[in-house]
Amino acid sequence: MATASVVNRRDFLKTGAAGGVALVIGFHLSPSAFADQAAEQEKKIPNPFDAWVRITPDNHVTLILGKSEMGQGIMTALPMILAEELSLDWKNVKIEQAPTNPKIYDHGTGGSGSVSGSWLPLRQAGAAAREMFVTAAAARWNVVRDTCKAQDGGILHGARKNFLTYGELVSDAAKLPIPDFKTVPLKNSSEFTIVGHDTRRFESREKATGAAIFGLDSRVPGMQYAVIARCPVFGGKVKSFDAAKAKAVPGVREVFAIDPVAQGAFTAGGVAVLADNSWAAMQGRKALQITWDEGPAASESSASLHQQFLDNAAKPGKVVRNDGDAGAAITGAAKTIEAIYELPFACHATMEPMNCTVHIRPDGAEAWVPTQAPQWAQGVIAGVSKLPPEKVIVHTTLMGGGFGRRYQADFVMEAAQVAKVSGKPVMVFWTREDDMQHGFYRPASYHHFSGALDAKGNLAAWKHFQTSTSIDAMWSAKGAETPENSEFATAAFIPYQTPNYRLEYTLAKSSVPRAWWRSVEHSSSGFVVESFVDELAAAAGADPLEFRLRIIGDDRKIPDFTNPKEGKPLDTARLKGVLRLAAEKAGWGKPLPKGTSRGIAGYFSFESYTAAVVEVSVKNGAVNVQRIVYAVDCGRPINPEGVRAQVESAAIYALSASLHDAITIKAGRVEQSNFHDYQMPRINEAPKTEVHVVMSQEEPTGIGEPGLPVVAPAMCNAIFAATGKRIRRLPIRTEDLA
Amino acid sequence: MATTFTLNGKSQTVDVSPDMPLLWVLRDTLNMTGTKFGCGMALCGACTVHINGEATRSCITAISSVAGKKVTTIEGLSADGSHPVQQAWMEEDVPQCGYCQSGQIMSAVALLSKKPKPTDADIDDAMSGNICRCGTYQRIRKAIHRAASMPAKA
Repeated sequence: MATASVVNRRDFLKTGAAGGVALVIGFHLSPSAFADQAAEQEKKIPNPFDAWVRITPDNHVTLILGKSEMGQGIMTALPMILAEELSLDWKNVKIEQAPTNPKIYDHGTGGSGSVSGSWLPLRQAGAAAREMFVTAAAARWNVVRDTCKAQDGGILHGARKNFLTYGELVSDAAKLPIPDFKTVPLKNSSEFTIVGHDTRRFESREKATGAAIFGLDSRVPGMQYAVIARCPVFGGKVKSFDAAKAKAVPGVREVFAIDPVAQGAFTAGGVAVLADNSWAAMQGRKALQITWDEGPAASESSASLHQQFLDNAAKPGKVVRNDGDAGAAITGAAKTIEAIYELPFACHATMEPMNCTVHIRPDGAEAWVPTQAPQWAQGVIAGVSKLPPEKVIVHTTLMGGGFGRRYQADFVMEAAQVAKVSGKPVMVFWTREDDMQHGFYRPASYHHFSGALDAKGNLAAWKHFQTSTSIDAMWSAKGAETPENSEFATAAFIPYQTPNYRLEYTLAKSSVPRAWWRSVEHSSSGFVVESFVDELAAAAGADPLEFRLRIIGDDRKIPDFTNPKEGKPLDTARLKGVLRLAAEKAGWGKPLPKGTSRGIAGYFSFESYTAAVVEVSVKNGAVNVQRIVYAVDCGRPINPEGVRAQVESAAIYALSASLHDAITIKAGRVEQSNFHDYQMPRINEAPKTEVHVVMSQEEPTGIGEPGLPVVAPAMCNAIFAATGKRIRRLPIRTEDLA
Repeated sequence: MATTFTLNGKSQTVDVSPDMPLLWVLRDTLNMTGTKFGCGMALCGACTVHINGEATRSCITAISSVAGKKVTTIEGLSADGSHPVQQAWMEEDVPQCGYCQSGQIMSAVALLSKKPKPTDADIDDAMSGNICRCGTYQRIRKAIHRAASMPAKA
């Protein structure tokens, strides 16, 4: 038995190292509870106790969260899965952030993948623990296992009316072998009392009382606060600086330069100002006199990038996909249409600016990091400090928004560099201006579409030329770039049937850093695909919903062209399902008040299906978004209330980028600096949003991002219905409405 | 220079530069981190506190201007999260990332003290200085209406 357990645990850890989730259940007992079974292994790896569940003999139940909470509700959803299989009493569960240990946890939190990636492993972990408790109880009572049932955080023997809490059983249970995860019985979903039920966010109270600790709230005795003056031009460097006036600011303690770090971290370097408090650090930075070497990027502007787009579009691009002969079909078609769409850089603008607190000592380091990638933060600090990663303790804090920005390690690298020089605990924090001007932006893109309809109004050809400032071109090693891979997503496997389908791509070069912005390439692909199909519907004289349903056609599964091995195929039945549901709930086809119009869009992203009907009115050159009706199918919803919250959130995030926000470049620097010139929707602009969640039994899929891509096209399609004007560039400009 | 004011009902003296904003005095000098930094320019409302009962952006409020005044922060609203607005926030499951919510709540409390039964237009007026990047506005609106309908605190 003991041997079997060791084998199991090795298997679990192997799974973890391979990129999955480590399947280790721990019980908080004496550290020797498993020692006899795993002594040899634990010489090589950290003790995996407490990986997912900690139950003490006094019956305190703590579930461990291996992912990062940034507002998306994962601190509630993942523990719900464990609690379900363990038959816990949710009211008595505590949740704790896991220590950073990539050998046990798959920490990276992004790509709307936390629930889909954790669903089965956490069920198995919870079920394994439950089975061990059942075995322990049966032995204690000397009854057959089948007569014992897990319920409300303990084991019940119905006939004997006996109940033992897990706390009472944990000493016995922990001595048992861990069941094989592959065969451990999982609950039938009809028995679920937690999964699939609306559950309030676990940390609501802390967030309503100011007690929640975000990265910026980290306080360490003796700490200093630091800001960094970075060259306003991307890629620019410090030529020389005079710190005398900065050092004269009361509270400023140290001023020194740090180097830029290129591939991977992509930091700007600059001059760090360390002070006793944040205010003094900011005042000190203002007093710095720095001469910059602005470098070659100083000539880049949004105008020059637009010209590059035009030049690229004048020539054929690299053929990414070619079915049939779109060119010939368009030439010979009954009806052809063309459209050009353009989207700008967009900034994440998390409410909590970037920050990281690090203390590097000779014998070890400790850091408090609001990060979506704590394992990466640990590696960065280990690299700078020259300490082994296991000597670097990384505390993942709550995050004031992530949206992909906090998957980066630039702010960690800076803090590590500063802490290494300082030797004291130091928080490097960013101001809002730093955040807007030194971000990793959603790529800017330009799309030339040509489409053709046959005499019956079917889609005869679809041609999409795209040029953009690719994410991949920035992140891949030099020479290994495949810039088109990061730029199309569902635009490379649209659900609309056509025999002639052509995609071309040309990279647009830019010094502006790019990375993963909420919904990544889908934010652009969703807009252009769902706008252009609406243009085709109008050209066909068809209702936009009916047209979509007709050219989607039969129920079928379309392979993910960009990720055929791992990506789930697009199931057209589910896409049609959400289109119909959103339309029905919105009253599609029914009359609206005068001056109000509807638009629709449906889209597949992060393996989930989303449709939205947006109602707008347009008056005096202003768009008023009145109502958004969503239907979403993200497989089995773990916490339907959490799903609705995420979709409501994505709606506003999408509106910000469609109604207001653009990052524009002049002389190699970002022109925007704060919320006056990068404007967020405010409460007076927030539409009524209804989210209808399909109570699917399919495997759960992503929901943090899929709400986003449908909003801009549905809104712009509604504007077309209201005004006859097609909005083909975002954000919407008044002149495009006239 | 020493400045004395009333913070959450208790007298507080701090010896800091007179132009240091109240926000940083709270956060860095007093380690009261419930009040948040978002923009530093009174554009986002994350730093909202009450000064003599008025919702005020602490990021642009010099500490010297607070001398002798009554400051209430999110920590001073209730000892246990039992303030009706906080209760309503939890019941409507308003927070997502939660970073802006201290400021949202302080703005909402100030609104309700002036207009115990606010209309949607009143809410738009009072709350449009507070940005929520997670877009929780619809729930904020519901929570304010819910708080307005709660019986007055005993």
